[in-house]
Amino acid sequence: MTPLLEIRDLWIEGRSDEDWHPIINGVDLTLGRGEVLGLIGESGAGKSTLGLAAMGYVRDGVRISGGSVRFDGLDLIHASTEEKRSLLGRRIAYVAQSAAASFNPAHKLIDQHVEAPVRHGVQDRGESVEDAIELYHKLRLPNPEEIGFRYPHQVSGGQLQRAMTAMAMSCRPDLIIFDEPTTALDVTTQIEVLAAIRDIVDQFGTSAIYITHDLAVVAQMADRIKVLLRGDEVETATTRAMLEHPREEYTKSLWAVRGFERPEKPAPGPDSVPILSVDGVTAAYGEQVVLEEVSFDIHPGRTVAVVGESGSGKSTTARVITGLLPPRGGAVRFEGAPLPPGYRQRSKDQLRQIQMIYQMADTALNPRQSIAQIIGRPVRFYSGLRGRRLRARVDELLEQIELDPAIFRDRLPGELSGGQKQRVGIARALAAEPRLIICDEVTSALDQLVAEGILRLLARLQDELGLSYMFITHDLATVKAIADEVVVMKEGRVIEQGPKTAMFTPPHHPYTDLLLSSVPEMDPDWLDRLLAERGVEALGEQAADKM
Amino acid sequence: MGSVIRIVLQRLALGLLTLLIVSAVIFGAVNLLPGDFAQAVLGQSATPEAVAAIRTQLGLDQSLPVRYAGWLWDAARGDLGVSFAQANFASFTGRVDPSATVLAQIAPRFANTMFLAGVTAAIAVPLAVGLGILAALWRDTAFDKGANIATLSSISSPEFFVAYILILLLAVVNPVLPSLSNIFPGMSFGERLEKTLLPALTLTLVVTAHMMRMTRAAILNLMAQPYIEMARLKGMRPLHVILRHALPNALAPIVNVIALNLAYLVTGVVVVEVVFVYPGIGQLFVDSVKLRDIPVVQACCLIFAAAYILLNLTADILSILSNPRLRHPK
Repeated sequence: MTPLLEIRDLWIEGRSDEDWHPIINGVDLTLGRGEVLGLIGESGAGKSTLGLAAMGYVRDGVRISGGSVRFDGLDLIHASTEEKRSLLGRRIAYVAQSAAASFNPAHKLIDQHVEAPVRHGVQDRGESVEDAIELYHKLRLPNPEEIGFRYPHQVSGGQLQRAMTAMAMSCRPDLIIFDEPTTALDVTTQIEVLAAIRDIVDQFGTSAIYITHDLAVVAQMADRIKVLLRGDEVETATTRAMLEHPREEYTKSLWAVRGFERPEKPAPGPDSVPILSVDGVTAAYGEQVVLEEVSFDIHPGRTVAVVGESGSGKSTTARVITGLLPPRGGAVRFEGAPLPPGYRQRSKDQLRQIQMIYQMADTALNPRQSIAQIIGRPVRFYSGLRGRRLRARVDELLEQIELDPAIFRDRLPGELSGGQKQRVGIARALAAEPRLIICDEVTSALDQLVAEGILRLLARLQDELGLSYMFITHDLATVKAIADEVVVMKEGRVIEQGPKTAMFTPPHHPYTDLLLSSVPEMDPDWLDRLLAERGVEALGEQAADKM
Repeated sequence: MGSVIRIVLQRLALGLLTLLIVSAVIFGAVNLLPGDFAQAVLGQSATPEAVAAIRTQLGLDQSLPVRYAGWLWDAARGDLGVSFAQANFASFTGRVDPSATVLAQIAPRFANTMFLAGVTAAIAVPLAVGLGILAALWRDTAFDKGANIATLSSISSPEFFVAYILILLLAVVNPVLPSLSNIFPGMSFGERLEKTLLPALTLTLVVTAHMMRMTRAAILNLMAQPYIEMARLKGMRPLHVILRHALPNALAPIVNVIALNLAYLVTGVVVVEVVFVYPGIGQLFVDSVKLRDIPVVQACCLIFAAAYILLNLTADILSILSNPRLRHPK
């Protein structure tokens, strides 16, 4: 029997300006019926491009320059538009990374669900609606009878991701491409989605290509794993073989990446004055209270990690500290002296002391300014340097973040990689010569190798400059790597706080335990074990609780 | 739904406030116009006593705020005053000819203008939006470029030029439509429509470009969205993708440009009215300015302002309604 999907020596190119540069270099891929193939690599490895090519689809500015893609015997590269269109959505379906962005905000979920079956003539609307409700049941969505009749913005991220999987299943396709379906989700939500996807793919015997950069995730989902690096295949093996005996150096380096861990610094002395005290802060957006009685201290030279799921109030706490959101109650003290609630009432020196680094280096840097301008602006503002001395200071900052000034000074952000952009964000924060830097999910948009480089840089800067960090993150591996103290937040309250070693040693607060146990492990049986421990029913209830 | 009603009420209140401010500006500006009705009517040789008598009779000797308050109060009750020019000084004898009120002057003209605007909108809006959709569907093809060039050249030509070209083509060389649009009360709808068609076509050529280009741009702006890619990956046809997935999300900017152009049809069509001798409000306005017939000028300005505000308000409200986040809060 022929394999369902057979890709031979596929070459894909993308255009930047006038030049075509390679994205995929002669990759082979074979997928049997009912098989799940994991596709793994860093960003820029060509995973998504390859996944889409398996559907015979390329994005604008991308072209297939050689090779073949055969789906069930049909040559997708030379097939007519009409032939391909009749396959898409019916026999090959796609699940995108961000369900929130991939559902049309103007239509109800159910209307988007029935579109493929109705338009392809597989089912009429009534049948498809009934089928959708059944699929929602199978995917353990809360209120399966009604949830489809909501608009995307009325449904949470994890539920949307499952609804999108249901939509992909609507025509019972032979093949589904999952393109990083859980990357944007919290760890606790991720588990529900992973379990739901795996069950339904099993039930219908659907073949799948599962694209991700998270090894631990792919270990739960795939029968076989293919590792990509800059458009080249590194190696392919069954999941267990790959985990136990990775052959190539690159694969081994991916496996070892979570190795960085900083020893916890000794506890501050009893008379140490915290550099920042958040004292009983309550804050609200309009009527909605989002922070309640939040208190914690950050001592000089130390790193406090604030962890929690999205919506737990981590970033809002940062907004209160920086004065963007004046609190409704409580106070923020800097070295014992209360800070004015709004940033407009703060002195230049007070502003200088606390700086911020953002999650999306892409959007936090002005794309039309050179790196020297971006870093030079706070230098001029806070220290008043001009001319040659300004330039010397900018170069010094660039050296501190390990970027060669001669190369990077005049570049634009668009010419930098994600990790380099984040370094520029760090230099911009350093330019003010602050005592405290708030890092808001600074590594969560980066690949693990790059993220580790950023964490090492931050650790080095802390040692050299005596900085304090408030580290907002939902990634517990990051916490393990860099934190001295941990503050766990949920629904606007601090649930638990303490030194890192204590937090990672049982017994935990139940919520901390849930967070910790939800981090995927590099063990193909981890998800099964966890589901067995928690019980699938409990998962369903948990989903219902989140409503 | 409650929040939508609240927003709509807020907008309405804001619209009324804007109208109030605009009315003050109009009143102030019109009274700053150089010249004086009494002087204009009586001519250069009038005695100062005669001029003063007329001024007293018309209330022009009172202070500006007092006159504004009186005018506003009357206008709010629907009484826009008496036309100076048409009054024929009947008021000297204490009688006001009903046909001399500003309302009687303006009403038929305004109805004509609305008729012309309505006919134009009925042709131009579907045409522009349709062309915009097709241009987005077939972007960078000959059709897209052709539509762009055609609409841009028509918007770049002066209105009177477009009008005379259309008269030449459709009334002189191929006499299918009348070149004069002298409509009058008692005409049947069909006759009116026939007489209005040429000016309406002229205006269509003037307003289509904006709306078409905005439709095209607003749709293309969305084509890189993940939900558009998702629709394509479900095997949907390009036209279906645009109509069902892009257009509903592109409505807000399109509706706003449509509103601006419709407002232009009510307030900015003097040149076309003159060319076709169409008895609309624009001509009345120009005549009244010449005569310093202040009540009529003020009333026209007020109507123009109200049309602008009302249409933009409608666009605002429609944009709000096109946003499912507001229609269906969490």
